[in-house]
Amino acid sequence: MTTRVETDVAIIGAGPVGLFAVFELGLLDLKAHLVDILDRPGGQCTELYPEKPIYDIPGLPIVTGQELTDRLMDQVKPFKPTFHLGQMAAALKREDDGRWKLSTDNDVEIVAHVVMVAAGGGSFVPKRPPIAGIEAYENRSVFYAVRKMDAFRDKNILIAGGGDSALDWTINLAPIAKSLTLVHHRDGFRAAQHSVNKMRELAAEGKVNFQIASVKELHGPDGQLESVTLAGADRQEFAHPCDTFLPFFGLTIKLGPIAEFGLNLHENLIQVDTARFESATPGIFAIGDINTYTGKLKLILCGFHEAALAAQAAFHICRPNEKLRFQYTTSSSNLQKKLGVA
Amino acid sequence: MKIHATDRNGKAHELEGRDGWTVMEILRDGGLDISAECGGACACATCHVYVAPEWFEKLPPASDAEIDMLDMALAVEPNSRLSCQLTCAPELDGLTVTVAPE
Repeated sequence: MTTRVETDVAIIGAGPVGLFAVFELGLLDLKAHLVDILDRPGGQCTELYPEKPIYDIPGLPIVTGQELTDRLMDQVKPFKPTFHLGQMAAALKREDDGRWKLSTDNDVEIVAHVVMVAAGGGSFVPKRPPIAGIEAYENRSVFYAVRKMDAFRDKNILIAGGGDSALDWTINLAPIAKSLTLVHHRDGFRAAQHSVNKMRELAAEGKVNFQIASVKELHGPDGQLESVTLAGADRQEFAHPCDTFLPFFGLTIKLGPIAEFGLNLHENLIQVDTARFESATPGIFAIGDINTYTGKLKLILCGFHEAALAAQAAFHICRPNEKLRFQYTTSSSNLQKKLGVA
Repeated sequence: MKIHATDRNGKAHELEGRDGWTVMEILRDGGLDISAECGGACACATCHVYVAPEWFEKLPPASDAEIDMLDMALAVEPNSRLSCQLTCAPELDGLTVTVAPE
């Protein structure tokens, strides 16, 4: 069932720049809904480097990706944004009344006067191993995620990888699989130690077959896997029968459906003007790493500036008959009321 | 120092290394298609390279963090390294790497 919501601004991407846009829009009484493929806000900051310090945020000499996200979430709280997490912004269409309809792959439709693309490098999607012809098997016998465990009952499963997903699913699927083989390029794992211990127990009991190997080829007609070619530590290749392959190598960033939105892209970036940060399509703005203009720097602080200016421009589209009065949070009791501090 | 790098299309590049910079930065600034999504934080494994065997032994050994992060790289080989963890230095003049597939 499709859920349709109406708001002032739809923001694609809940990273630092998308979050700060909520704040700047909120000061202007504009409401926002955000869509993000990840299941929590923060974008690259929380997905790639939650623990790593960032040193170039003005006023915060040292802050980790997670702390910055937490602080931004605090900062936007007064404006009560709505998050649509764990879903991809899939399609963008103009409505008859001139507004935009952003549809997600989770059947949410956000109708808004303005869309702000704050998508960084695009969507986080599973890494696809560079194995010839793998596309033909995807979602038929090769899967990058486990949605329903029962779909894997009585299967001959091959899992590849050495991180938490690979180990967790090895442990969880072993009891229901007909057979389960885990392959990894070394006898060491990035995953949590207790998971590694558990996997080794299962291997000792003969419930998991662990091999130091990598997957070289896939075999089987019509997208149905029948066997794979593995290369062992000694580089010797051998056939391994299996009907299901689950590669777990983490996430990578791909532009994704934004490429199909009909925007003016230049090397996967959206060209904008530097007064409004609007694309060539009126009402569609691009802020943060996803945009490009003369002098562009991919810095979070530049994204914050872009969000502030884009919000001002968005106001005139959302409230064409109202006058925008620029105010400072330090002195405006009106703004302080919105922030819940006055 | 010079870095000899082969890109994903098999094209050879000769790049000028800069002391103290990472090999990832030199590859990226040299226009090679290397995503290096995390910007050099050893957090994404998208700057994965294969080091020529004669150079592999001469490199400082990989840290535990790098070895762990290589678990997230695709098509890892015994001579795999993350180029954001390799720092240019005069003794690496002539370093030869190939960008791993993605």
